[in-house]
Amino acid sequence: MGLEHVLGDTAMTTTIDSAINWCRKNSVWPMPLGISCCGIEMMAFAMPRFDSARFGAEVFRFSPRQSDLLIVAGTTTYKMATVVRKIYDQMPDPKWVVAMGACTSSGGMYRTYSVVQGIDQFLPVDVYVAGCPPRPDNLLHALMIIQEKIQRGESRSTPMTVAAERAEKQQLLQIQGINN
Amino acid sequence: MLTTVVEKLKSQFPSGVLEVKEFRGETTVHIKKEDNVAVCTFLRDDEACRFDYCSDICGADAYTPENRFEVIYNLYSIPLNHRIRLKVFVDESDLHCPSVTGVWPGAEWPERETYDMVGIVFDGNKDMRRMYMPEEFQYFPLRKDFPMMGIPNSISLPRK
Repeated sequence: MGLEHVLGDTAMTTTIDSAINWCRKNSVWPMPLGISCCGIEMMAFAMPRFDSARFGAEVFRFSPRQSDLLIVAGTTTYKMATVVRKIYDQMPDPKWVVAMGACTSSGGMYRTYSVVQGIDQFLPVDVYVAGCPPRPDNLLHALMIIQEKIQRGESRSTPMTVAAERAEKQQLLQIQGINN
Repeated sequence: MLTTVVEKLKSQFPSGVLEVKEFRGETTVHIKKEDNVAVCTFLRDDEACRFDYCSDICGADAYTPENRFEVIYNLYSIPLNHRIRLKVFVDESDLHCPSVTGVWPGAEWPERETYDMVGIVFDGNKDMRRMYMPEEFQYFPLRKDFPMMGIPNSISLPRK
């Protein structure tokens, strides 16, 4: 743009999308869903020793309507799946999901009739965190990956930007074989 | 061995007591299903027994052609500090068992759990709903013929 030429060092120009994404990625508000032992590590993730505030994600909201990152931390049984999905549906778009720990990602050691073998059977998951339970720094890494995704404008829930929407549509069409 | 308790039981219910076993200081008494409530009431009220606390009720599946299921009552006496275990056979053809909620009101939930996991119906229990599994689930997970990974699509998941 030619504006820098006129304004000099007093201002910088960018696109509105990347400015919004930059704001978003530095103020992720997580919705904690500590449904078993991973929840303890998730608490450590928010406490001063590991301190998710360094990444702007210290405001744990206990209301899905005020948050944009769902951290599913723990074994999800079939009975609990409905509740998890309901909480996810109540969150405003755009939203992201972290599947924390082995149980949430794949059923883990609970290869049994009552446990959902991976929450991606009923939720779009953005990042899987390995470990049983994962260390808090592992969850911090997941948060950093989420931040990168937000900066790129990627969301599994709704396409954020027109460009991302177009790209996703293209991809869908290609998958369906109706390429035009 | 709870000699006085077992002797009293035998004299009170000569045909109701089927077998008495002892293993590592634990006494187990097999009783007839029909005498279930009478035996439990006697054990609660008798001066030498005083089993006022029903600590747990559970079910077992032996997977035999006859007397496939068992209901097991673990009783404890707080004033006399002794324990006894009662066993009742339940055949596959008749999955009903008299409820002991009239003897110990706290037996309601353990009986529900037994119903949920093994499928034994307790007559007289006012709240025979499922406990852990969803209400629409049609199987009993702790039966021997239930596959460990469950029956596909027997529990519904939210749509993705």
